[in-house]
Amino acid sequence: MSVAPAEVDLPRSADETVPDKPWVTIVWNDPVNLMSYVTYVFEHVFGYPRPKAEKLMLDVHHKGKAVVAVGTREAMEHNVEVLHGYGLWATVRQDK
Amino acid sequence: MEMFRSTRDGGASVWLSAGEATLLRTLVVPVMELLGDDSRGPAGVLDDLESLFAEDQPHTPQDPVLARLLPDAYQDDPAAAGEFRKYTESSLRESKKYFAQTLLDTLPAKGGRVKLTGDQARDWLRTLNDVRLMFGVRLEVTEDFEEQLAALDPQDPKVAAFEVYGWLGAVQESLVQALAR
Repeated sequence: MSVAPAEVDLPRSADETVPDKPWVTIVWNDPVNLMSYVTYVFEHVFGYPRPKAEKLMLDVHHKGKAVVAVGTREAMEHNVEVLHGYGLWATVRQDK
Repeated sequence: MEMFRSTRDGGASVWLSAGEATLLRTLVVPVMELLGDDSRGPAGVLDDLESLFAEDQPHTPQDPVLARLLPDAYQDDPAAAGEFRKYTESSLRESKKYFAQTLLDTLPAKGGRVKLTGDQARDWLRTLNDVRLMFGVRLEVTEDFEEQLAALDPQDPKVAAFEVYGWLGAVQESLVQALAR
């Protein structure tokens, strides 16, 4: 990480100036990850209360995916990095 | 196996037999090997620099297990996925190896009491999950893995692997329950 100066990151993000289109973190369903584990990760990583974490986990489980966070592209990419550390299948996208 | 119990300081504790400790070690080592050699010298740093300025974007790993452990951060956008991978993949690999090393370092060689802090327990959780992902991909596990296991011929060598996968799920579940308290 220390070899990647922050400025190198800047040119790719022209979209970030569009204020009405936030970025989202999506978590996809996966046959391996335990439901209890996914709930725990949402609670621990995002600080969500248990009911919200459980609802998101069930959305992932039943609908195949769920938006678990909304914000800047940078923040969503950070989320994805952390969630990949936990083995969740997560992606970033600009909201439609 | 005894299941994990929560400790007063927010961690978790379990007693493992010598066989269980050996099994865990045997399962974690290949995940670490898959994630790459940790002992890169200055040449490794130069490689990183080189790849940082290279024109080519790094691609999704060919190995399906690695592709699941280090997934694309962007769907249907290979350029953005490659760009993200370029800046984050090596640190994700290092993080995962660090979590796995915590498990190996806190595992009593001949079995016995394992007492984990909250942080160590979360390293265990992530490593157990990575090992389960490795099994899940190799065995093509679905959400009905118990039915998959029941449908196998008892002589099938996959039976043992499915049983280990099920055991790992029980261990991980008990650790989640101990931490979620």
